[in-house]
Amino acid sequence: MITGLFNNWIVIVLMMSGLYIVIAHGNLIKKLIGLSLFQTSVFILYISMAKVEGGTAPILAENIKELSNPLPHVLILTAIVVGISTTALGLALVIRIKEAYGSIEEEDIQILDNLPQSKTQKKIMDGEQ
Amino acid sequence: MLHLPILQVVIPLMAAPLCLLLKRPQLVWLFALFVSTVAFIISLLLLQQVSTTGVISYELGGWQAPWGIEYRIDQLNALLLIIISATSTVVLIAAQTSIEKEIPKNKHTLFYILYLLSLTGMLGIVSTGDAFNVFVFLEISSLSAYSLIALGKKRQALWASFQYLIMGTIGATFILIGIGLMYQMTGTLNMEDLSQRLPQVAQTKTVFTAFTFIIVGICLKLALFPLHLWLPNAYAYAPSIVTAFFAATATKVAIYLLIRFTFTVFGLSFSFTTLPLQGLFLVLGLMGIIVASSAAIYQKNIKHLFAYSSIAQVGFIIIGLSTNSVMGLTATLLHLFNHAIMKGAIFLALGAVVYQIGNSQLVNFSGLGRKMPLTMAAIVIGGLSLIGVPLTAGFISKWYLLTALIENNWWPVAILILLGSLLTVIYVWRIVEVIYFKEPLAENTSVTEAPILFLISIWTLIIANFYFGIDTRFSVQLTQSAAQSLFGLSP
Repeated sequence: MITGLFNNWIVIVLMMSGLYIVIAHGNLIKKLIGLSLFQTSVFILYISMAKVEGGTAPILAENIKELSNPLPHVLILTAIVVGISTTALGLALVIRIKEAYGSIEEEDIQILDNLPQSKTQKKIMDGEQ
Repeated sequence: MLHLPILQVVIPLMAAPLCLLLKRPQLVWLFALFVSTVAFIISLLLLQQVSTTGVISYELGGWQAPWGIEYRIDQLNALLLIIISATSTVVLIAAQTSIEKEIPKNKHTLFYILYLLSLTGMLGIVSTGDAFNVFVFLEISSLSAYSLIALGKKRQALWASFQYLIMGTIGATFILIGIGLMYQMTGTLNMEDLSQRLPQVAQTKTVFTAFTFIIVGICLKLALFPLHLWLPNAYAYAPSIVTAFFAATATKVAIYLLIRFTFTVFGLSFSFTTLPLQGLFLVLGLMGIIVASSAAIYQKNIKHLFAYSSIAQVGFIIIGLSTNSVMGLTATLLHLFNHAIMKGAIFLALGAVVYQIGNSQLVNFSGLGRKMPLTMAAIVIGGLSLIGVPLTAGFISKWYLLTALIENNWWPVAILILLGSLLTVIYVWRIVEVIYFKEPLAENTSVTEAPILFLISIWTLIIANFYFGIDTRFSVQLTQSAAQSLFGLSP
């Protein structure tokens, strides 16, 4: 049971740790790491489902009868590109957030966002620069 | 004519990088407007073709359907394509004027590129008949949406964009997991093919899991209560044009996906009988209406106010779905259409206010009824349409929704919906009171009416609002036959 579905267990462990990091950590970089981990687990899910027992790489040649399914690999190449773009955009946003707020901790950002309503008007002006 | 379904998606996609070649922002704007108009004309031609010859199936590169990628246009797709391309075109008319004050000059070209990519993504989601293709287009539209929102003037825009990125990516990845599990069980990604093969394996845990992942993922994207947390800030801090475009289209596309997956791919009996989707949607929809409308009442920023109102309207749309009847689905589709018209108009009008006075705080609206009469009248008419006053488009969809609920004998729900509309009256009245019955602030005494391009785009939508509130032949006929074909009845 456990050995047969080894890949699936890995997928679940990775997926849950990724999701947990996204939810539990306040640091934006850590959040992005969690998000990447979460996406990676899905890549493994797709790739493992493509494996046909005893199958080889899908090459048309003699003596090759059983083939693994190549389609999920192709799909996941696309998903990897999407994942990279998401991470890149996320990191770019973190840089801008660091410039604008001076912090990449969720708590600090929320405090800074709530300040202007209650405290001085000057804070808003600084924020809008 | 043969290649219309693919041209619908490819033209804006190809046009996006071409913008870089045109150096002057004014030219880029005209080019984007032209491309969007072409997309609109194509969507009209597609609708005409669908209503004369039936469902259009287009095979990409000549590969036959379950193996190759198929683009499939039926009445539902055609309706959505029209909503997206029409609002995009109308919004673009005002775009150049609005971004002059909200986005730095050197980013204008990039703004239009992102806008066209986002449009491509939405048109692609709707056109395609392939489940994995949906994910790819979803990410194209979302990634450009995150960047567009981050263009907002205040620093909160960055934070809102980041939050949306996290939530949106989790949602999209959930959809990806669901599609993978479905592929594992059936070996196909084509939606039509899936709908035929899924029933044979419907009683397995894998299919249940796939369904759950897909529904939760889509609900994150469409901001169904309680998964709506990303929406208010994203709408409030994005540049006004972006808000107008997304408020009218982004959630609509997600609702289209929800309808497509529950009705076509998984099938009615699976979604509504095997699984308790009906009760779930009903409860979440009602809570969304009540909670979001109440939250809207207390907002100080009008963009925030209407963002919450959008979440409430999603509630109305979802309740239409949960009735599981042709009438209810018709109401849902009608409200998709009508809500796009009214929210587009309202957010464009807010954009005009931001253009003139720099922000959208409720206090600043005092006395603007005399300073910007046409813009303010548009906000009020849009608000009346949200409430569902007769002669406006909003009345038609509310009427159909109530009829559907009464058909089902769901009287308590009908009463709660009316209560929700009452909450709408409260927040719309708050705005009316400030606009017409207060003196203008000292710094706003020299404010004048919005620029002409703004007024053209706002009033195009407002007139459409009246038109579809009085002459309902086009909208009702189209949505009704789309609903009937989703239920498997011949139109």
